[in-house]
Amino acid sequence: MENQPIVKLENLTKRFPVGKGEFTALSNISLTFQQGEFTGLVGPSGSGKTTLLNIIGSLDTPTEGDAIVIGQSISALTHKQAATLRNKSIGFIFQTYNLLPVYTVYDNVEFALLLQKRSAAERKKAVMEALEWVGLTDKVKSKPAMLSGGECQRVAIARAMVKRPVLVLADEPSANLDSKNSHHIVQTMKNLNRELKTTFIFSTHDEKVMQHLDRIITLSDGQVAKDEQLINSKI
Amino acid sequence: MLAYKLAFKNLFGAGLRTWLNVSVLSIAFVIIVFYNGMLEGWNKQARRDTKEWEIASGQLWHALYDPYDAYSLQDAHAPVSTDVQKFVDKGDLTPVLVTQATAYPQGRMINVLLKGMDPAQKLVKIPTEKMLVKSDGIPAVVGKRMASSAGLKKGDNLLIRWRDRNGTFDAKEITIVDVFRCNVPAVDNNQLWLPLNVLQTMTGMTNEATLLVAGDTYNKKNIDKWVFKDETFLLKEIDDIIKTKKASSSVISILLLAIALLAIFDTQILSIFRRQKEIGTYIALGMTRSRVIRIFTIEGSTHSLLAIVLGMMWGAPLLGYFQKAGIPMPSVADAAGVAISDSIFPYYSMGLIMTSVLLIIISATIVSYFPTRKISKMKPTEALKGKLT
Repeated sequence: MENQPIVKLENLTKRFPVGKGEFTALSNISLTFQQGEFTGLVGPSGSGKTTLLNIIGSLDTPTEGDAIVIGQSISALTHKQAATLRNKSIGFIFQTYNLLPVYTVYDNVEFALLLQKRSAAERKKAVMEALEWVGLTDKVKSKPAMLSGGECQRVAIARAMVKRPVLVLADEPSANLDSKNSHHIVQTMKNLNRELKTTFIFSTHDEKVMQHLDRIITLSDGQVAKDEQLINSKI
Repeated sequence: MLAYKLAFKNLFGAGLRTWLNVSVLSIAFVIIVFYNGMLEGWNKQARRDTKEWEIASGQLWHALYDPYDAYSLQDAHAPVSTDVQKFVDKGDLTPVLVTQATAYPQGRMINVLLKGMDPAQKLVKIPTEKMLVKSDGIPAVVGKRMASSAGLKKGDNLLIRWRDRNGTFDAKEITIVDVFRCNVPAVDNNQLWLPLNVLQTMTGMTNEATLLVAGDTYNKKNIDKWVFKDETFLLKEIDDIIKTKKASSSVISILLLAIALLAIFDTQILSIFRRQKEIGTYIALGMTRSRVIRIFTIEGSTHSLLAIVLGMMWGAPLLGYFQKAGIPMPSVADAAGVAISDSIFPYYSMGLIMTSVLLIIISATIVSYFPTRKISKMKPTEALKGKLT
């Protein structure tokens, strides 16, 4: 399993209709991601990072080519199959956290497990464990509005990790955070990557975050400009 | 279960907006129950009073009798045969003779119906036994409406003029020996109740009757030339009026409900517009679009459940009070021509409450569902950005 590709992109192209014409967001991308990778997609705005993450996360489909994610072809999935894939195997972390505002920290983290119809005891154990990973066990009853940006993003990480997904996709997870919180978030993700062997793919602009990556893929105008393996990434 | 849990959390989280919608819907719910309960109460009271005061368990009519045609009275009478008399003697039937007359109260002239009834009868509540007292003129009892319109009171004498069976005019004085209160205009308006044997003598129609009132022990069959009219036939007028009233109450109910449902519809539209990120997040976390639609629909329709609970909380004591104390009706309500008492006591049947509950829940679910169809067309990637496509 260690050397099995978690994600395989084959000649992936994504075009969006713009007015009467089309905009090519991704052009002929072929990449492979192995289990346990801690990979960053970097590049300027509009280079296709988020589009690539959306397709890998089965939130969108390619116009041409295919993305094989955990053995499943994204182009061939029905809405229901895609939902099952996301629910069981993929965790998402968003730039703006996307926490559900009327729920407590506990409820937000528990949400993904509710969809999996796990027992209450199982859920409680898993939620508390996830909150322990991110150091928020003392905030279980707080609502997102009562938390700082860094704390919100840690809740989002706990929510993504609570179901023990194979793959976590993070779209600019540190963009809204100061450098201290940004460092803490990446550190947390890196620890989880090492401990649980979860594959992390995220988009980032943040130079400090890049120092922690095992692999950096640079996108430019929807194409892979550079794909670097970094041997001595910071812990 | 998850959908309900989420719906309740989101609704309570929405705060004031939820409670405004719920309050409006609960007011609509209580008013619908109240209004229909009032009609049901009126219906029950009118049917009960009409049976107690006028029709008992049915009537046997002379074949020519038509209560809406005064001219039919001239021919609509026949002797009470021996077979019929047996039922009368047993107390199963009581004969009523009806004839037209003119009364002259305080110098005025009014058309009246003279109705003769056995003073010893027990089938209807008209106080005929009061006609047994000695009086200057022929003893008669009248209802409060007749007394009021003719300016009569107990002890008053009144000149009446009538034709006997040969068409010859005759006149005599009657004495009002009692004024009874009842809610049934059909035994009150322009009517004078006299002892049956006296009226038979006055008109020369010895042992004759126009109709016979039947008690619940009567076999409800035609006998000789007398045609049996059952409760359904005799109460048709009341039923028709109630049906008409119910139709107008439906219009009011629909209008009230429409106002409340419009608020829910509006909230649903607003919710879907404002909560796109949340919708995108649900989808990203692994919910299918149909499940998100279900959550939003349940959330909208949960307004109705909260409204019913709230409506029960404040409406039950209020409606209970009206049920006990009654709702005073203005005297002009008598103009409706059907039995209507001074106060109507609403009747809230389980069927009425359940129908209203179902109406509210189903209509709230429908208006909650329609705006959510937008979700099925939403791209999750755009929804996550909070950008409606």
